[in-house]
Amino acid sequence: MSIENFIPIDQLCTHYKVEMSFFSHLNELGLISIKTVEKSFCVHQDQINDIEKMIRMHQELDINVEGIDTIFNLLEKINKLQLELTDIKNRLRLYENLNDFY
Amino acid sequence: MAFIDYYKILGVDKKASESEIKKAYRKLARKYHPDLNPNDAIAEKKFKEINEANEVLSNPENRKKYDEYGKDWKHADEFEKAKQQQHYQQSRQQQSTGNFSDSDYSDFFESIFGNRSGRSANIRYKGQDFNAELHLTLKEVYTTHKRTLTIDGKKIGLTIPAGVKNDQVIKIAGKGGKGVNGGPNGDLYIRFIIAEHPNFKRDRNDLYTTVNIGLNLAMLGGEVVVDTFDGKVKLKVKPETQSGTKVKLKGKGFPIYKKEGHFGDLYITYKVQLPTNLSDKEKELFKELSKLRPS
Repeated sequence: MSIENFIPIDQLCTHYKVEMSFFSHLNELGLISIKTVEKSFCVHQDQINDIEKMIRMHQELDINVEGIDTIFNLLEKINKLQLELTDIKNRLRLYENLNDFY
Repeated sequence: MAFIDYYKILGVDKKASESEIKKAYRKLARKYHPDLNPNDAIAEKKFKEINEANEVLSNPENRKKYDEYGKDWKHADEFEKAKQQQHYQQSRQQQSTGNFSDSDYSDFFESIFGNRSGRSANIRYKGQDFNAELHLTLKEVYTTHKRTLTIDGKKIGLTIPAGVKNDQVIKIAGKGGKGVNGGPNGDLYIRFIIAEHPNFKRDRNDLYTTVNIGLNLAMLGGEVVVDTFDGKVKLKVKPETQSGTKVKLKGKGFPIYKKEGHFGDLYITYKVQLPTNLSDKEKELFKELSKLRPS
């Protein structure tokens, strides 16, 4: 596995001024996936947006890791519901215009 | 310039202690933080107001200044004179720092406290989220294609995946406003508005269309060529096909979003068109027919 697409956790700790234990805890809850690449603990670069969001929640809102986990689950549910609502609105639009069509 | 009641924004009394202000700020920030309210412009505006109120009231020096100004804000003539001079200094400072977004703080705030460079510079703020609408036709979203959008004067290349839905919003991380004090950039949210197609209706991944067939074809059967988004398709029409008969063409519908090579189905409704302007011969033959099959 090449380190090219991975970011070492210790760099993230320095950059965002966060303890290593914060990342370990996120990993334990399955919120991020820590991999060992070339003998250092890393996260894939695709996770960085979510990680930044989690750090902001932790630092700016004093939310602990369990709270972040709950929020992420709820945001995912909201996102699914919004997609469903979009689908339903589009179906409604279809049926409202059906008379013009046939 | 309207007076802003920061105490009211945080919902605290004017005699509130520092800890009460902090508590009120935390509570409201958890409610309106942009990360907890994605794509919600009202929450974002509210969060900025809360932040601004907290910046003032959590700092004893700023709070004292605000309390003095707040008390006399209706008689602010003298203040206005001072402000003009201060404004000149600010604009000079902004030219040298150049990275502060005016929209993050109210004019009221700026007039009292100047620009951000004079305040707690270590607080990082995420940049403003941008919202845009992109109008497309149904035909355009049938295939994955690239577009270049101009947002806030900057060109942004965007790949629009086939099968995107009407009213769907996609987020492009980091393409919003610039972050403050090294904070992350905001995000760009694009809402897709897909125009109705005159011949095809879409329901999720399925397409619906109506095909007109003549009486002879409907009665005797034969072949008809039908337009699909994927090209023309030749279909067999069974003898004695009734008007309103539906046929399903599997996999000829709309592409499924982010599932390359997967498509919904196309539903075709046959509409039998009765002949008009009958000739004498045709009328005679219909009469013959009616004798064979009295209705």
